[in-house]
Amino acid sequence: MKRAGFSIRWLPILLLLPQLSIILIFFYWPAAHAVRSSFFLQDPFGFGETFVGLKNYTSLLKSSAYLRSAQFTVIFTLMVTALSLSLALLLAVKADKVIKGAKTYRTFLMWVYAVAPPVAGVIGLVLFDQSWGPLKEFFGLFGWDFRLGVDYFDTAFAMVVISVWKQLPVNFIFFLSGLQSIPKSVREAALIDNRSASGRFWDVTFPLLAPTAFFLLIINITYALFDTFGIIDTVVKGEPSNNPMTLVYRVYVDGFRGNDLGGSSAQSVVLMVLVLALTVFQFRMVERRIHYT
Amino acid sequence: MAQVTLNTLRKVYPNGFEAVKPASFTIEKGEFVVLVGPSGCGKSTMLRMIAGLEDITQGDLQIGDRIVNDVDPADRDIAMVFQNYALYPHMTVRKNIGYGLKNRKIAKDVIDQKVTDAANLLNLNDYLDRKPSQLSGGQRQRVAMGRAIVRDPSLFLFDEPLSNLDAKLRNQMRIEIKALQRRLGVTSVYVTHDQVEAMTMADRIIVMNGGEIEQIGTPAQVYHSPASTFVASFMGAPPMNLLDALVAENAAMIGGQTIAQFAGHGPVTLGIRPEDILPDPNGDFEINVTLIEELGAHRILHATWAGQTIMVSVAKDVTAETGTMHVAIKSDALSFFDAQTGRRL
Repeated sequence: MKRAGFSIRWLPILLLLPQLSIILIFFYWPAAHAVRSSFFLQDPFGFGETFVGLKNYTSLLKSSAYLRSAQFTVIFTLMVTALSLSLALLLAVKADKVIKGAKTYRTFLMWVYAVAPPVAGVIGLVLFDQSWGPLKEFFGLFGWDFRLGVDYFDTAFAMVVISVWKQLPVNFIFFLSGLQSIPKSVREAALIDNRSASGRFWDVTFPLLAPTAFFLLIINITYALFDTFGIIDTVVKGEPSNNPMTLVYRVYVDGFRGNDLGGSSAQSVVLMVLVLALTVFQFRMVERRIHYT
Repeated sequence: MAQVTLNTLRKVYPNGFEAVKPASFTIEKGEFVVLVGPSGCGKSTMLRMIAGLEDITQGDLQIGDRIVNDVDPADRDIAMVFQNYALYPHMTVRKNIGYGLKNRKIAKDVIDQKVTDAANLLNLNDYLDRKPSQLSGGQRQRVAMGRAIVRDPSLFLFDEPLSNLDAKLRNQMRIEIKALQRRLGVTSVYVTHDQVEAMTMADRIIVMNGGEIEQIGTPAQVYHSPASTFVASFMGAPPMNLLDALVAENAAMIGGQTIAQFAGHGPVTLGIRPEDILPDPNGDFEINVTLIEELGAHRILHATWAGQTIMVSVAKDVTAETGTMHVAIKSDALSFFDAQTGRRL
């Protein structure tokens, strides 16, 4: 292979500089700042700060509200990831088999991708609304008195549904393109080797989709943890009180609504560590079982 | 081992394209039949219909004593070797070969035994625990073969299995496949666009063109008595010379000279194999050699004869120079075709 190189030494550094500076200014600097302020108690009006050591962290662990959020975050993330991945895979497998009007189906299934999370939240609010939401009416038929923003479980349910709905198209697109990149002849060979369609799927198709699935797993966990902020914010309508919320949303509520910058920084640091651990775990444990072609 | 019968088998795609025009023939038990033709002639579609990977539009397909039109590929008792091998990339060689058996509820120790036997036969013992990506092209080809033979199917289907290999390996695998088929005695259908593969491997050749069968015959029949000008020009390298000739007074003539006795009247197409034109100082015909291709064992002379281009194949010990040359023609080796339809007369 031909090696391409730069004749001027500083040119590659210059070309990397915009990206590096963005990462430094918007990621590392705020992160470092968060780590620092997690050891301080801030004056709510910004007049000063007091060093308190690990007190912000210990009070987090003692806060039942925080632990409740942590528990909800775990369940919420698992539900959103599992549901949006499995539903998208099901849709992709079905869409892949469609021959007539395939493009129309695919366009319809991808459409939701263009909806911004807060807008998705608003649409969800309309559908689940207390007084005139069609879904509330529908649940009423089965005797379920659905109360969004009042009942803890009902609110959580709506959050999961809206978040899954919003994430489906992305997963669908990736799964569909993953399916279509599996060589046709390999599937045909399986057709001759195995008469059971589900057997062929789990023995041949799914293992070949695994790289896509792993990528989506990480993307979806990240989405459920962080990008659902807009949806949660819309659904709880700025009235968190008894409502479920994820850890990320709690960082915002405690820091900017409750003016507890130190405590909220400590929460951010905990989140950073969690995400780091999760990523390491995913790459160590899951990825090595995957066959990349 | 099974007899395969095609009865007016036809394939029309939803867009109206008729890929295979109604075709009927029977493949005998243990026979090695090669479907040959240029790309797009329908040979692969025909094979895929036999495999069950493509729906049959019309006609009946019988494998053994069953009509299998509506039988799943997995239940047709066939094995197929694909052009790009179609190995399962995430499985080891062992699992690739054994996968079809595993799904047929065969005991694990029997599968292991069969996989080992197949690996022995194909010299794959050292590679059983490797993934396909760690194998060379020839080894992958062998794994694909192993996957087919381990099943003991009643029919082998080959879809241009050698076209991804380099020339040397292709020649070697050609012989291996043929020998293996002889040994196992399994009925085989082999698709290729390479006329050398067709000639060397087939018990019978089926030449296809434009969705139609042009000729069915042994390699010798197809080579020496082509049924049409298409077959004449497709089989053989260099191909048969096709010359415009005129029949008058029971004689076929080129450039006013009588070539052979032939009943009829009007224009015909005359076919002569390049090796049936013999350099002979006392020969009746005069050609003008313009170019000489040296091939070692023999030479190809490109020449003009009465304004038409021809090729002459001469042995290595024949001296040949560009310019005028006298030749004789083996008159019993001539083929005559209808000038309009191209069919053999």
